[in-house]
Amino acid sequence: MAKQSSPSLFQRELVGTAIRESFVKLNPAVLIRNPVMFTVEIGTVIMLLVTIYIALSGDTSQGSLGYNIIITLILFITILFANFAEAIAEARGKAQAESLRKTREETPAKVIRTLGRMKLDEVEIIPSSQLQKGDVFLCETGDIIPSDGEIIEGLATIDESAITGESAPVIREAGGDRSSVTGGTKVLSDRIKVLVTTQPGESFLDKMIALVEGASRQKTPNEIALTILLAGFTLIFVIVCVTLQPFAEYANTPITIAALISLFVCLIPTTIGGLLSAIGIAGMDRALRANVIAKSGRAVETAGDIDTLLLDKTGTITIGNRKATHFYPAPGINQTDMVRASALSSLADETPEGKSIVELARSGDFGTDVTRSLSIEGATLIKFTAETRSSGIDLPARLNGNGRATAGQNTDVIRIRKGAVDSIRVMVERAGNVFPAETDKKAKEIAANGGTPLVVAENDVVKGVVELQDIIKPGIQERFQRLRRMGVKTVMVTGDNPLTAKFIAEKAGVDDFIAEAKPEDKMNYIRHEQTGGKLVAMMGDGTNDAPALAQADVGVAMNSGTQAAKEAGNMVDLDNDPTKLIEVVEIGKQLLITRGTLTTFSIANDVAKYFAIVPALFISSIPALQSLNIMRLNSPESAILSAVIFNAIIIPMLIPLALRGVEYKPIGASALLRRNLFIYGLGGLIAPFIGIKLLDLVIGVFI
Amino acid sequence: MFTDGMGVIAMYALTVLLAIPLGKYIAKVYQGNPSRNAGSALDFIAPLERLIYRLGGVDPNRQMNWKENLVALVTINLLWFIYAFFMLLFQGSLPLNPDGNPSQTPDLAFNTAISFLVNCNLQHYSGESGLTYLTQTAVIMFLQFVTAATGMAAMVLVFNALRTEVADKLGNFYVYFVKSITRILLPLSLVVALILAFNGTPASYDGKDTIVTLQVDTVGVSRGPAAGMIAIKQLGTNGGGWFGVNSAHPLENPNYLTNMVEDISIILIPIALVFALGHYINRRRLALVIYGVMTVGFMLLFFPSLFAEISGNPAIANLGVAQPLGSMEGKEIRLGAAASAYWGITTTATSNGSVNAMHDSMTPISGAMQMLDMMINAFYGGVGVGFLNFFVFLIVAVFISGLMVGRTPEFLGRKVEAREMKIASLIAILHPFLILVSTAISSYTLVNMPDADWAVKPGNWLNNDTFHGFSEMLYEYTSSAANNGSGFEGLGDNNFFWNFTCGLVLILGRYLPIVGPVAIAGLLAQKKYVPESSGTLPTDTGTFGLVTFAVIFIIAALSFFPALALGPLAEYFSLR
Repeated sequence: MAKQSSPSLFQRELVGTAIRESFVKLNPAVLIRNPVMFTVEIGTVIMLLVTIYIALSGDTSQGSLGYNIIITLILFITILFANFAEAIAEARGKAQAESLRKTREETPAKVIRTLGRMKLDEVEIIPSSQLQKGDVFLCETGDIIPSDGEIIEGLATIDESAITGESAPVIREAGGDRSSVTGGTKVLSDRIKVLVTTQPGESFLDKMIALVEGASRQKTPNEIALTILLAGFTLIFVIVCVTLQPFAEYANTPITIAALISLFVCLIPTTIGGLLSAIGIAGMDRALRANVIAKSGRAVETAGDIDTLLLDKTGTITIGNRKATHFYPAPGINQTDMVRASALSSLADETPEGKSIVELARSGDFGTDVTRSLSIEGATLIKFTAETRSSGIDLPARLNGNGRATAGQNTDVIRIRKGAVDSIRVMVERAGNVFPAETDKKAKEIAANGGTPLVVAENDVVKGVVELQDIIKPGIQERFQRLRRMGVKTVMVTGDNPLTAKFIAEKAGVDDFIAEAKPEDKMNYIRHEQTGGKLVAMMGDGTNDAPALAQADVGVAMNSGTQAAKEAGNMVDLDNDPTKLIEVVEIGKQLLITRGTLTTFSIANDVAKYFAIVPALFISSIPALQSLNIMRLNSPESAILSAVIFNAIIIPMLIPLALRGVEYKPIGASALLRRNLFIYGLGGLIAPFIGIKLLDLVIGVFI
Repeated sequence: MFTDGMGVIAMYALTVLLAIPLGKYIAKVYQGNPSRNAGSALDFIAPLERLIYRLGGVDPNRQMNWKENLVALVTINLLWFIYAFFMLLFQGSLPLNPDGNPSQTPDLAFNTAISFLVNCNLQHYSGESGLTYLTQTAVIMFLQFVTAATGMAAMVLVFNALRTEVADKLGNFYVYFVKSITRILLPLSLVVALILAFNGTPASYDGKDTIVTLQVDTVGVSRGPAAGMIAIKQLGTNGGGWFGVNSAHPLENPNYLTNMVEDISIILIPIALVFALGHYINRRRLALVIYGVMTVGFMLLFFPSLFAEISGNPAIANLGVAQPLGSMEGKEIRLGAAASAYWGITTTATSNGSVNAMHDSMTPISGAMQMLDMMINAFYGGVGVGFLNFFVFLIVAVFISGLMVGRTPEFLGRKVEAREMKIASLIAILHPFLILVSTAISSYTLVNMPDADWAVKPGNWLNNDTFHGFSEMLYEYTSSAANNGSGFEGLGDNNFFWNFTCGLVLILGRYLPIVGPVAIAGLLAQKKYVPESSGTLPTDTGTFGLVTFAVIFIIAALSFFPALALGPLAEYFSLR
């Protein structure tokens, strides 16, 4: 999995765009979305009018012209800094999305036009941008797939490295759960017909691009609540500053408009106000960098709240597929016979399990005569179905007519079946035969050790049991431990029997499992958890996962999955990596933490700013209040300037943090709160004292 | 000085010792089934309660949602207002008026009715001459009981929302209201009143007595059925005294023992209610954290005031005069500086507003601490309403710290979202808004139209111009907004401007902070309960307490920093 992350936060060309955007965003109609910065803009306009008035009238009761010009400029720069934060986040997100989109733009598409009722197929070549929903196009070896869609005919190997970074080609075919193709990927072999499933401009990627654009971005519920709180803080400080004027008048202490507006701008939470939308956009961007396309910001945020995580065993917890490790013949059956039957039943079986049985049989440990005589000519393949829960083969007896058929059964067809213990038992017992107790015992033993027993029967007589073993992915235990520390309960979903499931669940360290799972079991489990107030996430790819994906609070569909699954989920994982949910959960948490910590930092800053500005307002007429000037700042003017400058430059200083996000550590909520409170609360308390004092020392040199 | 200190420590220690069992008892009272006995010691009152429900046409078993409960609360308050207003208006011609006191004028009756209705007890009259025994007991004392019970009942509605099993319905306001009176306020008042009566507080309907002084002057001494009213005045965080000078009066507060009893009564129920929360919703640790935050805040306000009072007035010290008893201006010699400072902080912390010394005469630091106490209004706070104020800060703290741990904020299993934040923000803003805006209007009026043709010219409002005068105005509005009722005095406040503006502040400062938290509670209760997991932020930890404290300090305290700097702080630094 190659992450497409850029090493630098501030790439040159992005910075250029962002600076231009910072000015465009000064438009009050745009800025009003951010109440905190909007009030700063109003303050700046007032200051500008005051400055013009002073310049024209020469009246210096409001302070010198130079001082007022400087304050106006700093306020203006404060807004620019905030706009820049949003613009750079937007630019980064767009660049990321564009790099994905570029791959698919303007590729020629071979559209198949159905002409009249003759169903005469004619291929017409048009640019991919003109593809409409419902069109069918053709892709052959070497073609770039022009648009997202679903294969309706054929099978192809496809190189998806442009999207996923994964170089190994994948197979996509019509029908089943792997029928989706993504625009921009390349067909390596074969020929497919693809149905276009999205209108141009409405693909998931287009939706994602909208999420990283400030203007069209929907605010998430938590962001709305925080904006309300920040607006509340802003209002309190409006009251504090507006009422200060008559108070000062009573105390015969004229306060200049510059000082009053400076106090106001310093007190309102400009730091978080300026960075809030950048944080949101950066969160989406981080999701995109993890190759996850979220359909809404809300989905990413909800991921941080997840209580329960449903994971498929196969491919997520264990390495893809089970492998055959042992043959255990039933009592009275010789081993060669049993191995041969097992191998025969699997020869035409394309499943990895089947292949591994043949592989084990051919490994040479069971004598060369076992495999030499294998032939399935004229045989009928019995496919696995959910009802029979077994598969196998029907062989014409004469082809294998060397007396191998069980004596006493004058049948010309040899029926070999392999399947789960209970399904074979039913089959065997229905035929009036006995299911050997020893085989049953062995099967239980295998299951208890986390393996899967596969019973092989020939003409309803048990031949023995094959042991299949799961191999747990390395490092998965650590990931589950991390999830547990985050407070997320992990649930393994598997078709295995409860014993096997339990063994693997324990070995992998998941908290719960659903064994012998049918598609509706997932749905029921999710519903059950949700009734208890839990938020559930799941990952899925098949069409039969779609209802559960829709029901889950966070449903991540694999990009390789069916269109139905992708429509039902609220995220699409381009890497098809089932453990991606863990990263998504962290991105969601990081998003909230970054907002929370910067809010705390911003508000904690107020203490120092009060102590810088309030004495500065009054000491000229009430010298006794010099005692409140605990920072011993030089003069009222330099105190106010230092506070306003500090207030402005803290925004760009925190942009990297806002873009990268505050690190999430799964150390338990209380410990995390203590840690963040210490760093951002105490830090936010102390930093401005130091910053303002230093600025004052510098400014003191000039005035 | 040592004895003084011990007295204060004894008062606080006794309060907490009494509050622990009382909290447990209160929780039991509210948990009880309304129609059957609650299993508490006072079950014999149950028939009386059932009679009250039947007379009032109330079905005690009916569960109501937050809106229905608030409608009940506001309606019944409106009825009391009409009742009180007309009683005061015609008191002169009604019975039980042995001293022949006159009826109140309409504007004074309006002011008095509002002031007692909102549990503020700002008095623009003197009890001895301005009221009759009938109105003292049937209006003033009545309102002191029912307004305290209103606050407590509203608080129980919020408690209910914090229980895990609740959804939508928050219980029945009337039931909590009645029980607060019959099972908590009435029995406690009885005990306190008895102690007061045995120590010399009058409890008679005989009218004025006369004494002959050493100078052979005959002096009429006002009396009346005072002991009972003083008990509920203290217990219900009401504060409106029988006599004009409140608990500084030798008959209202005869000796150090009664002073201790009365002062303990001020904060006993507010502290007990915090403990009751722990028992009621079965989260003792949370209650302890809340108690801890309140206590730290309380002590941080008390100690500066204590040291300022016992070290005396620097202006007098500068004259070379020793002040072994501390700053004694405006204090009672039988009570002393330390006990007066303690009372000053308890009465402002709890929106009680009774006084045993003149706050106007205290040192500037005490003035600052008392105002700050009322500006925060959540360190213990008034009965019931104190917790409601604290609840708003709690919600804000939950929100910020929830974000800091990376989860949608939730409080006791319910998610805190935009609607709750909207209400919490509005209520948090309300208090600074009321205080600062009204003080700004009065300052503006004073400066810009000192000679306005009013009954009392704005220029003559203040006994002191300078910083102290500003403190007087600031204190008056702070006291009104906090429904405290104590006055800094030294302010010409019995005229149209102050009656009107204070009245407005009083009403807004009472009902919105009740409606807001109950609405938040109602909204929270309707949400799905999310069981706690290891990712949930526990709210019963010291760290969370610290966040709550920081939120209170920055929202409530720091917004007033510029105003306090121009008032008591400027005065303090100028005096040094």
